[in-house]
Amino acid sequence: MTTRTMTGGLVPATRPARVVKAVVLLICCAVVIVPFIGIVATSLSTRDEVVRSGGFVMFPSRITFAAYQAILSGGVVTRATVISVAVTTVGTALSLVATSMLGYGLSRSRSTLHKPLLMLVLFALLFTPGIIPSYLVVKSLGLLDNYWSLILPVAINAFNVIVLRAFFMELPREIIDSARIDGAGDVAILWRIVLPMSKAVLAVIGLFYAVGYWNAFFTALLYLQDNAKWPLQLVLRTYVVNQVNLGVDQLGGVGGAQLPPQQALEMAILVLSIIPILLVYPFVQRHFSKGVLFGAVKG
Amino acid sequence: MVTGLRQAPERLRIGALGRPHVPAAKLTWWRRLLRDKVLLLAAVPGIGLLLLFQYVPLLGNVIAFKDYEPFIGILQSPWVGLANFAVIFNGDPAFLNALSNTLVITLLQVLIVFPVPIGLALLLDSLISERTKRIVQSILYLPHFLSWIIVIAIFQQMLGDAGLMNTFLRDHGLGTISIISNPGLFKLLVTSQVLWKDAGWATILFVAALSRVDPTLYEAAAIDGAGRWRQRWHVSLPGLRSVIVLLLILRLGQSLTFGFEQIIPQQQAVGINASEVLDTYVFNNGIVNGDWGIAAAVGMVKGIVGVVIVFVANKVAHWFGEQGIYQA
Repeated sequence: MTTRTMTGGLVPATRPARVVKAVVLLICCAVVIVPFIGIVATSLSTRDEVVRSGGFVMFPSRITFAAYQAILSGGVVTRATVISVAVTTVGTALSLVATSMLGYGLSRSRSTLHKPLLMLVLFALLFTPGIIPSYLVVKSLGLLDNYWSLILPVAINAFNVIVLRAFFMELPREIIDSARIDGAGDVAILWRIVLPMSKAVLAVIGLFYAVGYWNAFFTALLYLQDNAKWPLQLVLRTYVVNQVNLGVDQLGGVGGAQLPPQQALEMAILVLSIIPILLVYPFVQRHFSKGVLFGAVKG
Repeated sequence: MVTGLRQAPERLRIGALGRPHVPAAKLTWWRRLLRDKVLLLAAVPGIGLLLLFQYVPLLGNVIAFKDYEPFIGILQSPWVGLANFAVIFNGDPAFLNALSNTLVITLLQVLIVFPVPIGLALLLDSLISERTKRIVQSILYLPHFLSWIIVIAIFQQMLGDAGLMNTFLRDHGLGTISIISNPGLFKLLVTSQVLWKDAGWATILFVAALSRVDPTLYEAAAIDGAGRWRQRWHVSLPGLRSVIVLLLILRLGQSLTFGFEQIIPQQQAVGINASEVLDTYVFNNGIVNGDWGIAAAVGMVKGIVGVVIVFVANKVAHWFGEQGIYQA
């Protein structure tokens, strides 16, 4: 199978070179995967095993879901998860709607005000507003300690607008022309033709927005002072990174004397915050290699 | 609107999404407005959000020249000229410390983090089986989608005092190594975190560029007697050159910006001295301590320097015959 044509013109590697290559790639993959296995394993471990191993369990002999039961039965982590899910859902929907509308609005180079509006978007790519001025704007809008402060300031990403606009502009003109001849207006063309034809790129952009909202730490730290409103990332920081102990009070009264070990609780929170990303990843991952994103920017 | 009308050329041109064939100059601006009303209305929410959260904050930078007091407001606060910039000009020790930490981390990033994805991409490109390549890519891209908090927590679990590595060392009667809370190793720690999170994802552009290299170039080089390494050096790397230049310019533009989200959660463990960078300096002085003017002044200078670096680097790229990020 190592014929010349399949190597794309490259001289085939020698056997030792191939072995070295395989080892390097295996190590790279292991460095990514091993921590995940360790975290999941520890979150499923019993108290005895966590104590015996001194913290980290790689191969538990017996598994228990007690840690997940504890964090998901009301209390701090449950509340934060609900908040994060809600912010991510609402935010992603809003971002996708606003981004595709703006991308469509800028997709005809001869339309009124096209140039100034496009410049406005392009300049936004060049600089990020400072921390202090952004804080002052959010504050003067009365959005401090409001969930909208996690959404509105980051709802539009200029790069995504440019990508989507470029994609819209490259859609086959014949289809749109014939729809127009059949009497479709701009709204119908967007809804019936442009959006359905752009599903793949919308999926990837949607993933980026969703991951951004789910992972948001900076906006929450900056704009939310009330810790009852914390999303999952801030809970992670407090209880996992800073290792503040999770007691019965934080766990909705479950556990009591038989509280799962702290280490298992922490790892369960960590797994909880990773799972949504693992769930959506396979659906959009195949689009990356097709160059959906980067093919569109070159123009 | 009026400018649009004046500039509208006579030649017929169809807009991207199939405008009817109407010479633009024959329409009054009012009719053009009516014709494009849907497009303009569609742009309103997005443009509004951009204006409010990207452009209005630019105005907020005036507090860099004021003695801002939150309870009397921006307008009423007294002007103080360049007093807030004194920390920069006079070299306030805390500011200089943040600046030097930022620059050292940036240097490490450019020297260590930047080349790794190029090597990784060459390795991926040389894989013959498409399936293996896809699996490896899926695995290596994944950490990019995790938040910094998650990455930091994972590093703690692996390298912390009670983490996997030290547990292993202890179990085998070896001494433990303190990494996570060691100020001396902090810069290397954050560098390795960036590598773990983003090295795989950063290959994506390089892999795409390599797949566009014409295979006959490799064949021609092989006929001329080039071995594998020489093919890589004389064919693959030149194929990557414009992507490398583009990404390097963008990276240099970020020289003074280093991961607020990555540093803030780790400051407690290693202390301010080792970990303060410009972004955390702005946050800690402004939001935490209430030195609004000084923080805004430093943030503003940082932003301006970043944009200037991009323009200069782009100019330099043009001198070397590269396209850069835009053509002047």
